[in-house]
Amino acid sequence: MAPQIQTRSRLRSRISRLSDTNLLTSITVAVFIVMYLCAILFLQRGFLKPQTFFNMLNANAALVIMSCGLTLVMITGGIDISVGGVTALVSMCSAVYLDYHGGNLFGALLISLGIGLAFGLVQGYLVAYLEIQPFIVTLAGMFFARGMTTIVHSEPFNVAHQGLVALKDTRISIPFLGSFNKRGDFIPAYMEIGVLAVIAVTAGLFAVLKWTKTGRNFYAVGGSRQSALMLGINVKRTVFLSHLICSLLAGLGGFVFFIHVGSGSPAHASGYEMNAIASSIIGGTMLTGGVGNVIGTFFGVMSLALIQNIVSSVGFDQPWWTGITIAVMLCLFLIVQSIIIVKRKQSNQSEPSANAEKG
Amino acid sequence: MREKSVLEMHGIYKSFPGVKALQNVDFYLREGEIHALMGENGAGKSTLIKVLTGVYGKDAGEIYLKGHSGPVRIHSPQDAQNAGISTVYQEISLCPNLSVAENIFIGRGKGMRVSWKQMNSDAAKLLTSLDIPAKPTQQLASCSIAVQQMVAIARAVDMDCRVLILDEPTSSLDESEVAKLFRLMRQLRERGVGIVFVTHFLDQVYEVCDRITVLRNGQLVGEYEIEALPRVQLVSKMLGKELDDMADIKNNLPVSTEKDSVPVYEAKGLCSTEGIQPFDFEIRRGEVNGFTGLLGSGRSESVRAIFGADRVTSGEVKVNGTPVQIKKPIDAMRHGIAYLAEDRKRDGIVGDLSVRDNIILALQVKNGFFKPFSKAKAIKFAREYIKLLDIKTASVNTPVASLSGGNQQKVILARWLLTHPNYLILDEPTRGIDVGTKVEIQKLVLKLAAEGMSVTFISSETDEMLRTCSRLLVMRDRKLVGELTGDQLTQSHIMNTIAGGEQA
Amino acid sequence: MTEKTVLRKQESWISSILRHQIIIPIAALLLLSLFNLIADPSFFCITLGHNSAGNPVLSGNLITIIDCGSELAILAIGMTLVTAASGGQDISVGAAIAISGSVIIRVLCGTNTRPDTLQAPIIVAFLVACLVAMAFGAFNGALVAFFRIQPMVATLILFTAGRSIAAWINNNELPVISDESFTYFGGYLPGIPIPTPFFIALLCYLITWAVLKFTTLGLYVQSVGINEKTAHLNGLNPVLIKLATYILLGLCVAVCGLIKVSRISTINYSVIAKDIEMDAILAVALGGNSLSGGKFNMSASILGAYVIQFLTTTLYKFNVQSDALSAYKAVVVIVLVVLSAPSVREKLSALVRKLHTSGQTTPAA
Repeated sequence: MAPQIQTRSRLRSRISRLSDTNLLTSITVAVFIVMYLCAILFLQRGFLKPQTFFNMLNANAALVIMSCGLTLVMITGGIDISVGGVTALVSMCSAVYLDYHGGNLFGALLISLGIGLAFGLVQGYLVAYLEIQPFIVTLAGMFFARGMTTIVHSEPFNVAHQGLVALKDTRISIPFLGSFNKRGDFIPAYMEIGVLAVIAVTAGLFAVLKWTKTGRNFYAVGGSRQSALMLGINVKRTVFLSHLICSLLAGLGGFVFFIHVGSGSPAHASGYEMNAIASSIIGGTMLTGGVGNVIGTFFGVMSLALIQNIVSSVGFDQPWWTGITIAVMLCLFLIVQSIIIVKRKQSNQSEPSANAEKG
Repeated sequence: MREKSVLEMHGIYKSFPGVKALQNVDFYLREGEIHALMGENGAGKSTLIKVLTGVYGKDAGEIYLKGHSGPVRIHSPQDAQNAGISTVYQEISLCPNLSVAENIFIGRGKGMRVSWKQMNSDAAKLLTSLDIPAKPTQQLASCSIAVQQMVAIARAVDMDCRVLILDEPTSSLDESEVAKLFRLMRQLRERGVGIVFVTHFLDQVYEVCDRITVLRNGQLVGEYEIEALPRVQLVSKMLGKELDDMADIKNNLPVSTEKDSVPVYEAKGLCSTEGIQPFDFEIRRGEVNGFTGLLGSGRSESVRAIFGADRVTSGEVKVNGTPVQIKKPIDAMRHGIAYLAEDRKRDGIVGDLSVRDNIILALQVKNGFFKPFSKAKAIKFAREYIKLLDIKTASVNTPVASLSGGNQQKVILARWLLTHPNYLILDEPTRGIDVGTKVEIQKLVLKLAAEGMSVTFISSETDEMLRTCSRLLVMRDRKLVGELTGDQLTQSHIMNTIAGGEQA
Repeated sequence: MTEKTVLRKQESWISSILRHQIIIPIAALLLLSLFNLIADPSFFCITLGHNSAGNPVLSGNLITIIDCGSELAILAIGMTLVTAASGGQDISVGAAIAISGSVIIRVLCGTNTRPDTLQAPIIVAFLVACLVAMAFGAFNGALVAFFRIQPMVATLILFTAGRSIAAWINNNELPVISDESFTYFGGYLPGIPIPTPFFIALLCYLITWAVLKFTTLGLYVQSVGINEKTAHLNGLNPVLIKLATYILLGLCVAVCGLIKVSRISTINYSVIAKDIEMDAILAVALGGNSLSGGKFNMSASILGAYVIQFLTTTLYKFNVQSDALSAYKAVVVIVLVVLSAPSVREKLSALVRKLHTSGQTTPAA
């Protein structure tokens, strides 16, 4: 009995010593693993196949990339809801460039990044230097991007460009991972080209956030804007940079999305901004800023994909369930965050501060 | 620059909308001294420091630093850091979401890379050398407020600074931590660092400081050697006694009024969430009493508890002898209590609304949701009180934010008078407003009391309290420590009770 | 001397009008009208015709504006209150309209997707929709007021789920209502040539006007929006007031839902009231109300809504596709918020002052 209590209290003290970021990330990873195990145990055997996991990854590569960018903005305490719109605009522009202007893939990539850069510069300037609410700015950005997509080309179409089709169908086999089909042949699991970008972006951003001063400044600004200023950090530049990187990644994510679907359409990536925000929040990024990391975001995206997968394999395969499950998860995690903030504040306030002076 | 000066500020002016925060303030800091910057709240200490550290831009004046020819330009805290000025602010200015080590090192040094190993081991050394009970990797938010403050001090000390500013760093520290801090300050003094020390604990000033600069109402009162300024004189310099033009106000009230009657308001063991000790309090019809004490002594918190502005945790309350529950401001208002809050900007005015709406607000709320005043009636009310209190405003529709501080205060006063309270609480009604208006408000208080209203009057200026109150409740360290009436109501008596301990 | 004072008086009279916030939507309206007048005067042409039911109806761009702008105007009422009290906007209104429209259809059709007769009186269906929409409003309001989540993020939840919920209510089927009396709300009443939505909007406006006149809602909402702490010290309950504004917005949403489904007698979950949240926010901003809360002017917001519709109709006139409209509106939003940003305003007013002083000094010199 006694040792049990001891381990429990030790666990509790270890949890309370975790930083907010690590605590929330751990929750997300745990939730993801538990859900996956449950799916394997209680649902179809299909979840046991590695390819199921890689399918989710392939389908959501673009979402991971733009969610990572969004996480960066949210760490500084802002928000960007233009990422979905930018994705649609980027894939439409790339499609039109390839098919109607005989462009090449490299040019399309440059266009994608250029569009992202333009959005980042404008939105970043408005938010950081003119101090306009980020939500309003990026809401306008989203509508602008959606509208521009229609103006560029109003009808959805498939891209016939050969290079793109080849790229789209490129499959990278994963050694030693795979499953046996009915005849007993080994079929290796594969991933699409976009997943490489996911790995690069996630690893790169993780490193920047963890091991560079600029990266730590994002956290400081998000933790307390006023304090960050007092600590000698250039707050405006940091906020500007976060929006710039976010939009650039939205551009890159748009290109990856384009490679995955191989078409341009004004309806592309609809609702992606919500998925990206939901992924970041589920991945442990605090809306209030200062907390979160891209590993958590990665698992946030995968959790969303997984739960959609589970919901549809349980039989709720009507399209509306997707929206409702995402909303329910978002709502749950938001309330969990809100409770964590209150709890931590309370435990701080209970500390003796007898002579603390007012204002 | 004067000889031996490490920092000089000349003719600093700074104003915010409606407030002149600093007017022609000079400040000299010598090498290797601990210099106390004293003054009551609103005197301009924090503003002066924020001007020095680049948080606020100054309107006029020059700052000189040793080693720089000509005035230096400080536009941001970063500039200040680079110029060798490091600061510990009154409110903890660290990031709660980062680790202790990061909070010590962020925003400093060159290069892009963060070496966690190096940083954590450096931080560990620093923490042990200063004997701070925190781990470098611990998240700052999980430390107590005192440790957080010590971490802020560690950061400031670790920077190779020539000027160290400590803006009320001791308010959350216990005795041993304060002793630790003082040891550190003396060490730094030996090294030739100039230290600016802001505090409202007089004991501490006399323990470590070499010289004192006193500010009042945004103006320089003077610069003194510590030996030349005994404690009581310091208090009188801080509180100000030059207001001779108020001599015509006389407290004509009988010292005790109707001792046998039922108190208008009575509380036993009242206590709120804001950390004051439970206290007993009563006030009778036509009485003017006051809470006095230095800043942070709990005088505002006490009256807020009476009004139900903070969450009341315990206590029995009687109004006119009947037990009542006062949990929210609206309860207090229904029982005829009115409260003019201490911070006019934060808790008083509704900035963008017109003078008219600001005046009728409280009565309107008391009146109920479905009984709005007609526009004509509201204007009538507003005009009546604008005339009564002589509020200087272009019209009843002028946004209250565009009025001067004194007139804003009168608008809020009008708001509460309009509710015709039996018991009026005025928390620092005279702060930050011109002398003429101060006199008017004091006269009004006495007039209202003569008409039968009970008033609790709080002011940082003891003279005002002496002129208006027939009974003073003295607070120290969030506790009621004394009650003064009749002959005890003298300047020196009050100061001694406030200062406590030493009898000067 | 007297001449000067008269001049100054006139000046102050003009400047006080110019400073009034309703001048912003009026100026926008005049500008748009002028633009249309120059580009194509036939824009303002109104003709009297007969619709398929044989009723006399007016038609023309101006009629379209007062017709289609009405939902927006009704929404603007609620959005103005929400903005003023909570300093943020509700972006779930489009999705909530889909829900309340779906509820109305569900109640009217019962389980049958093509009923010959209505299964319930329209008023019952409408009241149920009101309750549902107010419940969702209360949900949003609770997240904002109790959990202190930023309004736009809190309403993001319903924004994501709303249309799915709407589809779920009717099992993703598209019931059609054939009863003619149902079309009155979004179409024309027999014998009256002006579209009904305009009358509904007018009625809503009158009710709002009465509420603001005969209750203290306006004062409370503004006080809470400007200074929550002061509001609390003056006996108000900021949480309750914020919650109330979101519930009121729910009511407005239900009315819009009724009009929207009445227009087509059926529902399209993904298209109904699409992008209307943007227009509603824009209407509030164009009405000169600060998007970060505080003072509001209801009439200006409502006029703003009609100006937005004017803009939409004008853009349609110039063959802009409906999906591309949002790009133009986004530009308008950005211009508006940039102009109203404090830092920009400061610079502008400094510039004006500079021009003013130089204008004064030159004649003297």
